Amino acid sequence: MVLIKVAQARAQDQAVSSAVRWGMLIDTTKCARGCNVCVKACDVENGLTGHGRPETDSQWIRKVQLRDTQTGYVQSLPMLCQHCEYPPCEDVCPTGASFRRADGIVLVDKHICIGCRYCMMACPYKARSFVAEALDDQKPWSPRGIGTVESCTFCVHRVDRGHQPACVDACAQADHGAMVFGNLNDPSSEIAKLIAEYDSSEVRPDLGLNTGVRYRGL
Amino acid sequence: MKQKIHFRELEGRSPGYWGLVGLLATILAIGLAAAHYMESNGHYVTGMTNQIVWGIPHVFAVFLIVAASGALNVASVASVFGRAPYKPLARLSGLLAIALLVGGLTILVLDLGRPDRLIVAMTHFNFKSIFAWNIFLYTGFLAIVAVYLWLMMEPRMSAYSKPAGFVAFVWRLTLTTGTGSIFGFLIAREAYDSALMAPMFIIMSFSFGLAIYLLVLMAAYRWSGRPLGDAILRRLKNLLGVFVAAVLYFVTVFHLTNLYMTAHHGVERFILLDGGIYTKLFWIGQVLLGGLVPLALLYHPSLGKRRGWIGLSAALVILGGLAQMYVIIIGGQAYPLDLFPGKQVSSTFFDGVVNTYTPSLPEIALGLGGVALALLIVVLAIKVLRFLPESLEDALVEPEAAATAVAVPVGGAHQA
Repeated sequence: MVLIKVAQARAQDQAVSSAVRWGMLIDTTKCARGCNVCVKACDVENGLTGHGRPETDSQWIRKVQLRDTQTGYVQSLPMLCQHCEYPPCEDVCPTGASFRRADGIVLVDKHICIGCRYCMMACPYKARSFVAEALDDQKPWSPRGIGTVESCTFCVHRVDRGHQPACVDACAQADHGAMVFGNLNDPSSEIAKLIAEYDSSEVRPDLGLNTGVRYRGL
Repeated sequence: MKQKIHFRELEGRSPGYWGLVGLLATILAIGLAAAHYMESNGHYVTGMTNQIVWGIPHVFAVFLIVAASGALNVASVASVFGRAPYKPLARLSGLLAIALLVGGLTILVLDLGRPDRLIVAMTHFNFKSIFAWNIFLYTGFLAIVAVYLWLMMEPRMSAYSKPAGFVAFVWRLTLTTGTGSIFGFLIAREAYDSALMAPMFIIMSFSFGLAIYLLVLMAAYRWSGRPLGDAILRRLKNLLGVFVAAVLYFVTVFHLTNLYMTAHHGVERFILLDGGIYTKLFWIGQVLLGGLVPLALLYHPSLGKRRGWIGLSAALVILGGLAQMYVIIIGGQAYPLDLFPGKQVSSTFFDGVVNTYTPSLPEIALGLGGVALALLIVVLAIKVLRFLPESLEDALVEPEAAATAVAVPVGGAHQA
């Protein structure tokens, strides 16, 4: 069966615009404990091969397990760059390497990142990783390099071609469907409808960063 | 009639002098080799991780940058506040300020993930970033103090040194505000997010900078056999005492402010009570050895007049300052980010746990290399230019004090 969706991507020669705000809704009630397919898909898609050193290896998306200290309720959810509307990483970056695209995707320009790691100090979500050793066999669409900071790109290379981030596809293929990606500014998009219909929240809403990633059941 | 102060270069031919130069150059070379090692292998060879992203090099670098601003104190007291006895001390103050800043910035740059992109940092600016402001504040400080020094050292221009001193004074306050704000504006981390960071860093700069100044002054005069009076030392050590007390005051207010907010009790408990190395460094390193002990020594009726004890106090203030930086910079990162209040968190990315950090040898070597660079600049500069007065004996610096002085026990400095 071939699934055909209406492409929300722009033409390749067309600049991104703020008419689009890419976002992700994660339904924590559907996110299976112990399931790691989103993390694996991200690693494969973006060429994140670790060196067996978890403290310095990059992680763009991670599964976080939560246990409510009052009720004992346990849940699991994926954490990734929250693609803030007001990203603290962009604020502090001295060279402007950390930046937010007009369509809401927060990225690092690896050509002008000096590796000061101030953005990592400023990110409330611990979403960024520093490439602490030399890499080889990088994916051409996912530029990464020693001495620079990196984080989830919402798979911008796929999004720009009308596809979904790899993690979202993997979650759907695993029949969990806990991740929905789309244009928050388009009222007819699935994500906009879900967000309008059901309660969802940001992580650390007190910081007022208006994140592009929202969670249900948090 | 008051005698004129004569400035003269150090002769700098003794084996002791060249031995000192050799020692500092060796430490610097080891520091550069360490930076090269980290640069060619990547930061995984350090103790830094994706959780503790600023390690011991930042402790040294921020300490030196903060101290650089404070080292200018003595010159400011002379130029801005017009205190005549401090005037002969002003040139060394400016020199030390430049040297410490260069040492600190060198560490900072060599600890970047991409130090080869320094030119990028100098050509691409995000003007909302406090780091970007600091690039201007640091380079501006170097330029202003260099001009200030020139105005002081060129007799025909010395009339302009007072306004230059004023500009330098305002600039250094701004600079340290910038350095403190690097941390104070980090809303994500509970240990940092406080407007008190900037004024606390300013008063820390007064204290650390003056402690280094005192040690360098005493060493320079002792080792070169030049006379250094007790009256001027007494002024400096009393001033140091005031600054040390002020740092303790700010630290107290900082923690009381945090303790007032119940949401911050976790991080306060971590630093003050059960944070292991950070708690020990806070109470023993920063408060006791870096604060209370030097305060007691500096104001002790007899020990406070002995040079050895004054020197020890200054050294303790420096060690306490490094401990304080360690607690602020690394302790602040070790405490886990609170992403989900009220929930226990765990992940493969060390969520919800106290992050561990062990400084590696190359990191420590890089930090010490920066210190050595700063001191090497001072040692070489006082040989080639007239930074130091030939004599700082009481009769020259403080004729009134010398006339009324009672005999006080002194260490070996006078005999050197």
